[in-house]
Amino acid sequence: MKFLDYAPAPESQALLNLKSDYGLFINGEFTAGRGTPFQTINPATEQQIAMIATANETDVDDAVVAARHAYDGVWSRLSGSDRGKYLFRIARLVQERARELAVAETLDNGKPIKETRDVDIPLVAAWFFYYAGWADKLDHAGVGPNPASLGVAAQVIPWNFPLMMLAWKIAPALAAGNTVVLKPAETTSLTALLFAEILQQADLPAGVVNIITGDGSSGQALVNHAGVNKVAFTGSTSVGRAIARSVAGTDKRLSLELGGKGANIVFDDAPIDQAVEGIVRGIFFNQGHVCCAGSRLLVQESIHDDVIDRLKRRMQTLRLGDPLDKNTDIGAINSSEQLARIRELSELGQQEGAERWSADCVIPENGFWFAPTIFTNVTTSHRISRDEIFGPVLSVLTFRTPAEAVAKANNTPYGLSAGIWSDKGSRILAVADKLRAGVIWANTFNQFDPSSPFGGYKESGYGREGGRHGLAAYLKPAVRTGSRSIAAADHGASPVTKKSASASKKSASAEKAAK
Amino acid sequence: MTSSPMATYQPERRALALIGGEATDANLRRYLHGIPGIDAVGLEARAADLGTRSIKTSSKRWAIDTIIGLIDLTTLEGADTPGKVRSLVAKALVPDPGDPGCPRVAAVCVYGDMVGAAVTALGSAHAAGGTQGAGVQRVHVAAVATAFPSGRASLAIKLADVRDAVAAGADEIDMVIDRGAFLAGRFGQVYDEIVAVKEACRRTDGTLAHLKVILETGELNTYDNVRRASWLAILAGGDFIKTSTGKVAPAATLPVTLSMLEVVRDWHRLTGVRIGVKPAGGIRTSKDAIKYLVTVAETVGEEWLTPHLFRFGASSLLNDVLLQRQKMTTGHYSGPDYVTID
Repeated sequence: MKFLDYAPAPESQALLNLKSDYGLFINGEFTAGRGTPFQTINPATEQQIAMIATANETDVDDAVVAARHAYDGVWSRLSGSDRGKYLFRIARLVQERARELAVAETLDNGKPIKETRDVDIPLVAAWFFYYAGWADKLDHAGVGPNPASLGVAAQVIPWNFPLMMLAWKIAPALAAGNTVVLKPAETTSLTALLFAEILQQADLPAGVVNIITGDGSSGQALVNHAGVNKVAFTGSTSVGRAIARSVAGTDKRLSLELGGKGANIVFDDAPIDQAVEGIVRGIFFNQGHVCCAGSRLLVQESIHDDVIDRLKRRMQTLRLGDPLDKNTDIGAINSSEQLARIRELSELGQQEGAERWSADCVIPENGFWFAPTIFTNVTTSHRISRDEIFGPVLSVLTFRTPAEAVAKANNTPYGLSAGIWSDKGSRILAVADKLRAGVIWANTFNQFDPSSPFGGYKESGYGREGGRHGLAAYLKPAVRTGSRSIAAADHGASPVTKKSASASKKSASAEKAAK
Repeated sequence: MTSSPMATYQPERRALALIGGEATDANLRRYLHGIPGIDAVGLEARAADLGTRSIKTSSKRWAIDTIIGLIDLTTLEGADTPGKVRSLVAKALVPDPGDPGCPRVAAVCVYGDMVGAAVTALGSAHAAGGTQGAGVQRVHVAAVATAFPSGRASLAIKLADVRDAVAAGADEIDMVIDRGAFLAGRFGQVYDEIVAVKEACRRTDGTLAHLKVILETGELNTYDNVRRASWLAILAGGDFIKTSTGKVAPAATLPVTLSMLEVVRDWHRLTGVRIGVKPAGGIRTSKDAIKYLVTVAETVGEEWLTPHLFRFGASSLLNDVLLQRQKMTTGHYSGPDYVTID
């Protein structure tokens, strides 16, 4: 026996108590959908996990109506601190049920248990804790005093971080006083439905959060519904474009978090072993199903061979296989459609003349798998250096000077993320200043925190999630009716005799809001 | 990276070729400061990640036995006596009296004046000059030397200390570097001392005792310093690089050991020569020790998990490992009274 063939260490599924069928979560209760139910499968085994309901237009309408009632009747009337109490309660329940949620997420999505256990679910709880704290402090969200919520938010989320994306969407919306209709991705509805159970446990008022499942047409019906005030979407750029078109001309607010082709720039003075770790984390984390993945490695020509040699050695230690095994680094590709796309683009990369290298790993018989792969000799005109592959495939390009690195990094229709590796702080700052990307990591990659805004430039979308900016996306300046506007006007007109900086800041923003 | 295959093993010449001149402070500084830096956050994150590997059932059983065979069972107290050393040796040879199948430890590690007592106590089980057959694991005697643990003595005293221990039968010498000289940038002095100590390890028959170079990473403070000191020790001819004396906190940590393993891996890539690593001090539980095994296997490869290339400097670790071993055999935990105190 070789020590490195670690004995199996599977996480137990005993905690899970899944139903065979899941309905839609509307107005605080599970109801059967009117569309044809579909199966959700484990991508690592292709076995069915459960049947999921499909929402048709009538169901979508029911959900939006429920959300509107809850908004008018309960949620918009609650004080911020009371909304915060619900969010804190949800956060604690997520922590209590963390193991169960992690196992369910791994089963349904295919990502390794060590990621759901150590990254996804802890971040879900962190997001709810963070925005729970904001609920009674909306005056400081940057949209003036007494900001107003928007109403009903329609939220459509992707399959790569199912529960985490749900938290990114729901937590700020609820903290700001909106109600929600959320549609999870077709292949990964399971944890959203477990989350609905948590909402019941938390006694969240009925209709504040509604979860509808189904394919793209359910999502389309939702974003097109006349009763929603805000549309938030995370997913592919093509669907994002279609949503932007459908929302155009309405008064719906829109935020889009779309694709990316992040550049991970490694300078010759980088801390090389940590840079290699960062490259691995940048592209092989979550099988590369990450919109902000560092899918383009830009490495300084003088250290190219050394970096690639180290990277290959490191990749040989990646463990692909049973996502429930605690030692698995690379799990299953989420769906056969996605696998087909990764294969197609990888073959294209070879045809275009790039050099393909994959780590040796045994591919399981069933399920959808793709070995961690890098392409060297890639040029900027290759499809694999332009198109988002959304899989464990890295394209390696070289540069000679910082100016060239910046030019190549920015030469993409996307602008979501970038990474810089250098021991020289001044260089990091200078390069970061010139990169057109929403998130830039220095000497690290794929780190997320609820207090940090996240979002893109160009075709990567608009709007920010996380932090104060993420909250502001669900708020508008104070509505000028009744006594409230008088109070605001008083505030704005008050002479600047109060010495505290916060008071003058407040009055300045009140004036701005009054314009 | 350039590879410079050396036909014959001539560490001195190879080192000077790499440095690009004599081992002066300036040349060494240029070389050591040309090595890529370490990002502390990233290094610690990687170590923590390796620490999450879940080693179960058959892998754990193998790991437990392997750990025992990699231990330098240590006593380094002012109160040490020949009787205490005899007791330590007995424990080294038969770690678990209740299970004759339990492997022996790699070595006993003592102060120089206790080497004779250790050699005598080991008798035929001693590595050098032992008469037992090839199938039986011999136990080495390691001696700390060079004015351990501070190293604050003249070179002449340090060398005499080493020669004394080697003459008494020590198979391995654990020396300390001059941290003061290192931190002051006198790399040439540190280098020359290691070279001199290595020569002092020569026995009358011309063979050399194995040289472990203790960096005392707790005093070097930064990972960049640890990395540079590791390269310096290897360039000067150390067979092993060792984290700590155990007398300074922090002693061995997983990130420090990982950074040293990365140097050893790079040295092997560069020269084809394998250097050993010994974390010492602060490793007390099986769980921690298993994290080190994982880190070794995933950084330099599992061929490093042999006593020639990896050791644990520890005293209390052995009993915790034995308790785990008994648990794996019997299925239930015993208690501290079911393992012997040495």
